[in-house]
Formats: sequence, structure tokens, C-alpha cells
Amino acid sequence: MQMPETLDLSLYAKPAADGSFGMDLAIEGVSCGGCITKIENAVKRVPGVTEARLNFTNRRLHVAWQDDLVKPAQILETLETIGYHGYPFVPLRAEQEEAAQARRLTRCLAVAGFAAMNVMLLSVAVWSGNASDITPETRDFFHWASALIALPAAAYAGRPFFVSAFQALKARSLNMNVPISLGVVLALGMSVVETANHAADAYYDSALMLLFFLLVGRALEHALRRKTRAVAGNLAALKGDTAHRFVRDELVSVPVAALRAGDRVLVKPGERVPADGTIISGRSEIDESIVTGETARRRVDSGAAVYAGSMNYSGTPTLKVTAPGDAALIDEIEKLLEKAAGAKSRRLRLADRASRVYAPVVHATAALTAAGWLVAGASIHDAVVVAIAVLIITCPCALALAIPAVQVVASGAMFRRGIILNAGDAVERLAEADAVIFDKTGTLTLPDPRVVNAAEIDPDVLQMAARLALSSRHPLAVALAREAASRAPYDAAVEEPGQGVRAMIGGIEARLGSADFCADMQHGKSGSSAICFVYGDKRAIITISQSLRPDAAATVGALRAVGLEIHILSGDRNAAVRPVAEALGVTKWMGELKPAEKIAFIESLKADGRRVLMVGDGLNDAPSLAAAHVSLSPIAAADLTQAQADAVFLGERLGPVADAVKIARRARRLMTENLAFAAIYNAIAVPVAIAGLATPLIAAVAMSASSIGVTLNALRARA
Amino acid sequence: MNVLVYLVPLAVGLGLIGLFGFLWALRSGQYSDMDGAALRVLSDDDVEP
Repeated sequence: MQMPETLDLSLYAKPAADGSFGMDLAIEGVSCGGCITKIENAVKRVPGVTEARLNFTNRRLHVAWQDDLVKPAQILETLETIGYHGYPFVPLRAEQEEAAQARRLTRCLAVAGFAAMNVMLLSVAVWSGNASDITPETRDFFHWASALIALPAAAYAGRPFFVSAFQALKARSLNMNVPISLGVVLALGMSVVETANHAADAYYDSALMLLFFLLVGRALEHALRRKTRAVAGNLAALKGDTAHRFVRDELVSVPVAALRAGDRVLVKPGERVPADGTIISGRSEIDESIVTGETARRRVDSGAAVYAGSMNYSGTPTLKVTAPGDAALIDEIEKLLEKAAGAKSRRLRLADRASRVYAPVVHATAALTAAGWLVAGASIHDAVVVAIAVLIITCPCALALAIPAVQVVASGAMFRRGIILNAGDAVERLAEADAVIFDKTGTLTLPDPRVVNAAEIDPDVLQMAARLALSSRHPLAVALAREAASRAPYDAAVEEPGQGVRAMIGGIEARLGSADFCADMQHGKSGSSAICFVYGDKRAIITISQSLRPDAAATVGALRAVGLEIHILSGDRNAAVRPVAEALGVTKWMGELKPAEKIAFIESLKADGRRVLMVGDGLNDAPSLAAAHVSLSPIAAADLTQAQADAVFLGERLGPVADAVKIARRARRLMTENLAFAAIYNAIAVPVAIAGLATPLIAAVAMSASSIGVTLNALRARA
Repeated sequence: MNVLVYLVPLAVGLGLIGLFGFLWALRSGQYSDMDGAALRVLSDDDVEP
């Protein structure tokens, strides 16, 4: 009875220069080396495919094919048959730019590393020669050789710093690249003058070591940021869904991302409404529990407005899209990322301000030091050397890196656990939370209903019923079908609309559906929905209702273990909330609350000096999320709610909530450590440099070591 | 000590070969999937039994 329908993925196919097409897919379920060859070989066997390459690091498959020979949907089907889900995907713009930038940084790093090593070899020869019997001619030769390597290498590898410093100066401001650039240029310039004067010492090695170590730090930070972005891009693809759009009078499956306002879309029973819109024909019952928290279904008719994410139950209405809810999902995620990167946490702003104030201080200190040494009777050469050391050693790199490095690593760790940060300072506010308020419907419970009495039913009968349920799109049947071990529907299963499905299994008729349909069985169960199954003399009543997220109890336990107070606030009936609270061992719960009452409760906790973490999904929770100190929301939540939440988590598990708190607390500790380390480093290093006790080389090594130390410490936020 | 006049440039030249080798590897995408490369080497699908 299902009409054949084409899946249109042309949105994702990108033409290449040679007339072929390419598509990138985020692949779910890649876990081992064997998957690589399995996937690549299977996809390459599709006629017309010229290239299939799986990147194991970011779990993405690139497929290229010749025009017209391959339909992109075929590739998805091929993946499906070998047990992997592929999600087509448009690489984020920022991601491509960052990839190019990463390559540039690595090239600079390679050049700086090569030059630093060679110049260091020559320098060691000069140092040992100076201590023994090197001839001035040989020394000059070594110095000129160093200059020949160092000058072009520094000009190439220093560009990331020089360009940024130049831009800052042009805008009449100072950033931390200015003292670095100044230090490098001064050290190199003075070395050339010294070499021309046949002096015993030159500082090519200092300049190159400084560039090399700074580039190591920068490449490291960049790699972390890129990894975070790659994971985020995959998540965006995974979240994408398909909708049935009318093209003239034919139905075409398109990614929800391709929907535009004004499109006509068919919503089948058991599917979620893909976008906000108005019903133009057909009628149905719609479950808007995700949007409003209300579990009773609403009857909708022509002209009714429906919202993205609502579950369509009985009918097959046609919708005119008014607001393409997930339309620009990719852009949305990109915006979120920009916001997360741009919206700076309070500490980050503090660190920023500190380094802005600090940069002029560095220059002034260096100039004053040089002046002081000159007044004290030192030569110009010595004064400049000390000034260079001060310039390099006091550069506030470690200070500037202390917070952002942790921020990047922590948000990367959260991404990997399926948490997308929405607000820049969410990490810090999560770390401060000391009380958690959970909503019930859709947050503690799964958004989709499940079979709850599986234990009471004979497993064979349940399997048979579940397999029969595969042939129906009724939401209860869809929920039951999740239990099916075999994904193959029975042959010749017939669906009686509004009644149930029947099929002949081994010569005996099996029926699944309403009580009437299954020979007048009475289930007499109210509250949860039930579905009846009859096969010969075997009968079963299968109860389907909202069930707890599988790890809800463990998560609540974990949150309690780290000292958070747990509350449950729900708009649902007390009778529905009590069993959930009891199952989780939560004593502080309230049901039948209106949104305003939830907010009042949050305010009363706040008045007691509590920092409240609110976890909720319904549209009715959006104001409470905004009122709380920090908020989390599952990805199935209404768009408006997601927009209010400080972070969104994916998947069926509630575990990310506990993970988020743990990661945030660790991150806060690391930020404090980093700041303390950077402050102590400067407190020790600056006086040493001013006293003239550090050569430019020692300064370069110390300063770079502090930056890299801070970055490496930040890496611990990953665990 | 005159031997240094050609030994030092020779050493630098050898280093440069290594540098260009690395830049070539980078450009040809050999560093774009480090985890995958570690696993691909174990696959023996391309070996005739």
C-alpha cells in the first residue's frame, strides 16, 4: 500500500571539475578497522561509483561517482544493507577554512622545526668553539650559514604572527603577536649586525626556537578546535531527518534541511511533523507532548497550526510549511558553534582584558629595562639583548591560552558525549550548579513510547507480534516493532485502517490491533495504551507507554553522588509523576505544576542561594530553562526550548547530564590551575629577565614551555 | 677545516630533502586520517591468499 517514493538527495551532491559528483556522509557505527574496508568495498561495488574513502578519524565517507549513473540514495541503501547508517552532510564553511588554516600552520611548523634544528646544530658548534679554539673565520662562516637558513625560514614560518601583529597595529591596537613579532625581528636584525661585526654571539637560534615552540602550541590548539568542529558537523548530519514533499503531485523524500516555506508536505502516521506549518487537507490526531508537555492528543483539521516535532498519530494530513523549523539546521549548528566560540565566558573576557592591558605593559617593561641598563652603564648591545629577553619572556601567551584552551577541550569532550553547548559560559555555570530540577515527560522518560510489560509476555509471542507490527505505521505498532529481532515483515500482511494488521503465519491467522479487531479481548487498562495480539489460542495484551530513559536511575545517582540536590517538577498528573520519582528514589517531587509555578519554585531555590540546573524539553519548560542558573535540554525538545537551553544533549541516554556536570567541574578546576600557573610563571620569569639573567634563547624556551604546559594541562579536560 | 665549506651545505641539503618530503606527504593528504592509517595497514584484503 505504500506508494513508491524517490529519495532526493541532490541537495548534498556536489559537482566536481571533471564532471563527476561527490557527496560526504557522516557514518554511524564505525568502530573498528574492519569497518573501513567493509564499507569502502561495498560502496565501490555500486556501479558508477569511482571513489569511496572513509576517514576513520572523523567518521566520514567521501563518495564520488559519474554523472547520472548513480542515485545518491543508492549509496545510503548500500550502507544500510551492510548495517551502517549514513547521513549526507554539507561540510560547514568554517570547517573548510579551518582545514586550510591547519595545513598552513603545519607547513610553517615544519619549516620552523627544520630551520631551528639546523641552526641549533651550528650554534652548538659555535658555543663549544668559543669555549675552545674556533677561528674567527670559521665562526663567521657558521653565523652566515645560520643567517642563510634563519632569515628565509623566519620570514615564512613567522607569517601567522607577523600578519596578525600587522593587522593589530594597523587598527592602532596591540595583541600578543606584536611583542612576539618585535622580539623575532629584533633578535634577527641584531644577529645580522653582530655577524657583520664578527662578534662572538648571534641569536638566530633564539628567534627560530621561539617561532617553533609557539607554532607547536598554536597547531595543538587548532587541532583541538578542528576536532570539536568535526564532531559537531557529524552531529548536525545525524540530526537531519527526511520529509515527504509534493513536487507537483508526486511525493519526493527530501532532507528536512531542504524544506522551504510554502512547500507542501505529507505527514504519515507515526512520523514527526517536519516543520511548523498549517494543515491544508486531511485530519489527524497529534501528540504535542514534546511541544507542550500535554500527553493527551489533539485533534487537528484543515487550517490548524502544527509545530515541528509533534507526533502525528492517526491521519495523513498535508501541511503547508510556514517556518521551516530545521530548514537551516546546518546554519543553525554553525551559528551555535560561532556563538559558543564567540560568546565569551566571564573568565575568558577577564583573560582577554588582562592580555589587552598586558601587551602595552610588556613593551613598556622591555623599553624601561633597556633604558635602565643603559643608565647603569651597559653597552647598547647588552641593553638590547636584555630587552629582547624581557619582550619574549613576558609575552602573555600562557595567560591568554589558560582559559580558551580548557574551554575548547571541554566543549570537545562534551561534543563527544553528545552535548552541544549553546552558550559560551555554559561550562562555568554548569560547574557551579548545586541543584538539579528535572522535567518528567520527554526528559526523564523517553520521547517515544515503549513496550513496558515485555517481561510478562512469552518472548516468542512478543517477537511474532513485533514482526507483524513492522507492517503497520500506527504509532503503537511502531513502538512495538522496535522489539522485533528480525526486520523482515511477514508476507501478505494486510493493514485494516484504524483496526490493526493481520497475516497468515504457518497457516494460522495472526491479528494485531484494537481489542475489537482481535476477537473482543478486553484489556481494561487505562492510562497507558495497549495493543492486542492473537494467534490461534495464543493471546497477549501488550502495554505501551512512556518509559524511563534506560540510565535515568544511574544518572540521578551519579548527580547525587557529586553533591547535587535532585528535584522533579512536572506538569503531568501526580499519579503519573509518583512512580517515576519512586523509581528514581527522588523524594522532592511535585506534579500538576503550571509553568509559572515551576518558575516560582526555581526562584525560591535561587533565593536560598542555590544555583539551579534545569533539565527540560517541553515548550512549557522554556521559561523555566531561562529562569534557571544553567539549563540542559534533550535534542528531541521543541526548537524554542532548545534555543533557551545553555546546552542540548543527544540520544536516548540521560547520562550526558551527569557527564556535562563532571566535565564542567573538571574544566573549572583546570582553568584555575592554568591561571595560577601562568601568573606564577610571570612572577618568576619577569624579574629574572629584567635582571639580565636570561639570554634570548632561555627566554624563548621558557616562554614557549609555559604556553605548551598550559595547553597540555588543558588536554586533561578530555577525560 | 676547509672541509666544512661543503659539509655544512651538504648537511643542510639533506635536511631540506627531508623537509620537502614532509611537505609533499602533507599535501598528498597522508596526515588527514591518522587513526584510519593505523588500522588500514592491518587490513590484508589486498593480499592474494
